[in-house]
Amino acid sequence: MDIYKQRKYFIQIIFILVGVVYIIRLFALQMVDASYKISASNNVLRYITQYPARGLVYDRNNELLVYNQATYDLMLVPRQLTSFDTTNLCNIINISKPQLIEKINKAKHYSYFKPSLFLKQMSSVTYADLQEKLYKFHGFFVQTRTLRKYPKKFAAHALGYVGEVDKAITKKHKYYNLGDYIGISGIEKSYEKELRGKKGVQIFLVDVHNRIKGNYKKGKYDTSAVAGANLTTTLDATLQAYGEKLMQNKKGSIVAIEPSTGEILTIVTSPSYNPNLLIGRIRTENYLKLLKDTLKPLFNRALMAKYPPGSTFKIITALVGLQEKVLYKSTQYSCHGGYHSGRVTVRCHYHPSPLNLIHAIQYSCNTYFCNVYRNIIDNSEFASTDEGFKVWRDDVTSFGFGNKLGSDFPNELSGNIPTSAYYDKYYGQGHWSSLTTISLAIGQGELGITPLQMANMTSTVANRGFYYTPHIVKNISNKKSIDEKFFVKHYTKIDSSYFPIVIDGMEKVVNGEAGSTARIAKINDIIVCGKTGTAQNPHGDNHSIFIAFAPKDDPKIAVAVFIENGGYGARWAAPTASLMIEKYIKKSVSRKWLENYILNCDLINVQTQDKHME
Amino acid sequence: MYKRKTNIWNNIDWLTVVLYLILITFGWINIYSAVYNDGHQSIFDITQRYGKQLLWISASFILILIVFLIDVKFYSFFAYIIYFATILLLISVLFLGKEIHGARSWFVIGNFRFQPAEFAKVATSIVLSKYISSFNLKIKKFKTLFTIAAIILTPVALIFLQNDTGSALVYFVFILVLYREGLSINYIFIGILITALFIASLLVDKLIIFFSIEIIALIIFILRNKNIKHIIIALITISLTTFIVWKINNLFNYNLSFYIVNLIGLTISSIILSIIAYWHKMNYIFIILGVLYSSIIFSNSVDYFFNNILEPHQQKRINILLRIENDPLGTGYNVNQSKIAIGSGGFSGKGFLQGTQTKFNFVPEQSTDFIFCTIGEERGFIGTSIVVLLFLFLLLRIIYLAERQRSRFSRVFGYCVASILFFHIAINIGMTIGLTPVIGIPLPFFSYGGSSLWAFTILLFIFIRLDASRLELFG
Ligand SMILES: [Zn+2]
Repeated sequence: MDIYKQRKYFIQIIFILVGVVYIIRLFALQMVDASYKISASNNVLRYITQYPARGLVYDRNNELLVYNQATYDLMLVPRQLTSFDTTNLCNIINISKPQLIEKINKAKHYSYFKPSLFLKQMSSVTYADLQEKLYKFHGFFVQTRTLRKYPKKFAAHALGYVGEVDKAITKKHKYYNLGDYIGISGIEKSYEKELRGKKGVQIFLVDVHNRIKGNYKKGKYDTSAVAGANLTTTLDATLQAYGEKLMQNKKGSIVAIEPSTGEILTIVTSPSYNPNLLIGRIRTENYLKLLKDTLKPLFNRALMAKYPPGSTFKIITALVGLQEKVLYKSTQYSCHGGYHSGRVTVRCHYHPSPLNLIHAIQYSCNTYFCNVYRNIIDNSEFASTDEGFKVWRDDVTSFGFGNKLGSDFPNELSGNIPTSAYYDKYYGQGHWSSLTTISLAIGQGELGITPLQMANMTSTVANRGFYYTPHIVKNISNKKSIDEKFFVKHYTKIDSSYFPIVIDGMEKVVNGEAGSTARIAKINDIIVCGKTGTAQNPHGDNHSIFIAFAPKDDPKIAVAVFIENGGYGARWAAPTASLMIEKYIKKSVSRKWLENYILNCDLINVQTQDKHME
Repeated sequence: MYKRKTNIWNNIDWLTVVLYLILITFGWINIYSAVYNDGHQSIFDITQRYGKQLLWISASFILILIVFLIDVKFYSFFAYIIYFATILLLISVLFLGKEIHGARSWFVIGNFRFQPAEFAKVATSIVLSKYISSFNLKIKKFKTLFTIAAIILTPVALIFLQNDTGSALVYFVFILVLYREGLSINYIFIGILITALFIASLLVDKLIIFFSIEIIALIIFILRNKNIKHIIIALITISLTTFIVWKINNLFNYNLSFYIVNLIGLTISSIILSIIAYWHKMNYIFIILGVLYSSIIFSNSVDYFFNNILEPHQQKRINILLRIENDPLGTGYNVNQSKIAIGSGGFSGKGFLQGTQTKFNFVPEQSTDFIFCTIGEERGFIGTSIVVLLFLFLLLRIIYLAERQRSRFSRVFGYCVASILFFHIAINIGMTIGLTPVIGIPLPFFSYGGSSLWAFTILLFIFIRLDASRLELFG
């Protein structure tokens, strides 16, 4: 009747076969293979994480900027604790008995079975003492870790710092365990994956006396740590140190870029702090101190401070005017103390009149650029103010303003270039014009530009119309190349044929006859092209700004200097930029008087009163 | 009425019930040990997993009572309704369910979690038994095979969509049931061949697969023909055409890959050979060629399907399953740790609560998928072999009970229960000792979790209930 009844045997045989195979396998694992047997003497396995050395960081000339120093962490597995001489341990590691009990309870609270960090970063002397007596303290063991060290004590913001991961990070990224280090800011953060390497694990057999008896299964299940990659930064250590020295007792920023590559040679934020303050046990305490400092040393001005660019922006106004064909090299405007239209007056300082474009840049004439700006916006080719403004804005943002540049820093800000929508909201649609927004012509008003963006703009002008995205790392030891995006030329919307005219003006700013705005920045036998700027500051003295590149032909360096409350651009920013250029190109500074003038300038402790206009 | 009830209680197979109770008790003790810590020691502490598992076990006893009270005809009568309701649940969990460990297969209501995929096994078993037992069905006709495939593959597809690959794979074990009920052994071979070809297509270079298929076809041809002359003609035709195609390719710089050259060579030579075969009335050669080409097409479409249609996370799962991808802190790591834990148990184990491997959290999922490690570490070889033997005994007992049924429905259901339990046990224990791929499915009666415990309990006790009424059921 049931012709398939005999098939039950086949199924039964499969079941029995699998059962027999599994029992044989279990027999082999549990009985034959002796290496798995660690139960006989109540031994346990100890898993010791092998922390890879974090990658080193060098400057562009292979000078060491960041390295590692060994420290020793005392670890505790609460379940393995037996009674021990607490006084003895307290004396060795120099803590009180209540502290000891609190620490043990804390470890128990975290886990009975997993190792907890008991005492961070013991000195090598303490470690040597403890190592001899460690066998008396069951459940304790020592794990070697490393700390970051910064031999040059500079570029704190750019290099960043590392800290321990918190619970939120361990939940999000499985790689990290509590107590691991992670880059928190600067390149420590943006190159975390490259720098950290890969953790390994070693499994040891440990006897009842907590002593390591050897590798488990001859290391068959161990994984070795892979050291982090070394980074070569684009920084020039000498120039960086010099820049930070010049900025002493001043608030502000210096950013210098090599135009032909987009490599950041120097990035100074002042006031800054010694990066060695934010390592290891002292980090939290020092961090809080720095956080409370009214000068905000933790604020990364180079990337995050937004300033109106002041007259340096006239370079952009000129280039947009040339591109939109409302301005020519020969265009002349006369100036009699300012620009007047209706109720609006933009004042100007004394200079020869009328001026053509090159001289207007040379003397930084407000009137001239107000005229140019109005012609751009009110161009008869466009139907409306709105349309003209959009063209202006498109041209301006093509220099990298108003957006993040996409550098390899983790916390770059985008700055601000106002949109027509913004004015529609502020004044009402149709209720604003080129005249309402006239302050944009001379770089005031709603413009917000970071020092990095400003240096990038200078570099773009030096390149006659393109830039490479600024970056601080030029080589990663375990990779063929850095991110491809740093090799892409970004062209502005301005035709490169217009740049030489403006550059001629910038040359005159520094090298022109008396009355040129920044003759103080002139260097013998290097043609420096520059432009001064003064950012109006409603909260105090104006900010002194200077942008420059040199030499004029085949530029090697483009630099932007911002000195808060420094008054007009030529006063502090222009000489600082000039000294930076001389230091970089000539390797030494001959103008000691100028250097002393800047070094002695103290804008923090003595608030100077300076209300000059340019 | 009264008489019938006493009959049922007397006819219950108490041996199976006792086996169940032993397994479930041992299972709970292991969960207690796996999650034990010094902070919480009360066994009724429901903030801890052993406390919760105790609740699930108590609930299981209520479920057993309910199963015993329901009339046996209920399952057969409502089979399709139960099945479709379950399918609806599987669909709605895709939209309303909560994602836990990457699988969207849980309904969460307050503190209570419920996994419909676990119960879908019960529903599929019931409907399969119902369908196969209807009209003295023979598993031969295409329509029958198609219906059975649809019954089994619908939940498989839905569970796969939930990202719960492990639970989806369980359903392929129903092939054992179908085999018992008369499915031709050829289908099983074809199934094995397709699976082998599928895995090979992902693991091995397609050129190697191509030549392997070609060589296998030739061997079949040789086995059928045995005429040396014919074999030599076939070999020469294939090599010569392939060589000519290769030469032409080089001469005219067509830049065809070596694979394409061989494919063209094979196609041309098989056309020539077909004509010769047609003359000599050797019709079997067309079957060989048919199998040859469908294998090549299948292998290429697997490649295409895998690389172009599957999502990266699905690719990754299959890669890990087939060990293509080596993930030191992922699957492979778990298996190593698990083997260390079991191996360190030795003959008699480290003793209750004394396991160090499982305690240190080095073995992941130690109370769910890797619960067998705790047994291995704390109970040693004595414990593990007893557990394996208990399971084997239970499986053989179920087969024995299934074979004594007079109703085909009950017998098929019995085989479903045995097969599902077998797959779970074999895969779960197999992965902890490194014999099977790591597929996240629970060990019946041992792994922590209400849904799986209840599903296995219901499955087993419906069968015990059917068996108890075997004298009333026919056909
Ligand atoms: Zn003027």
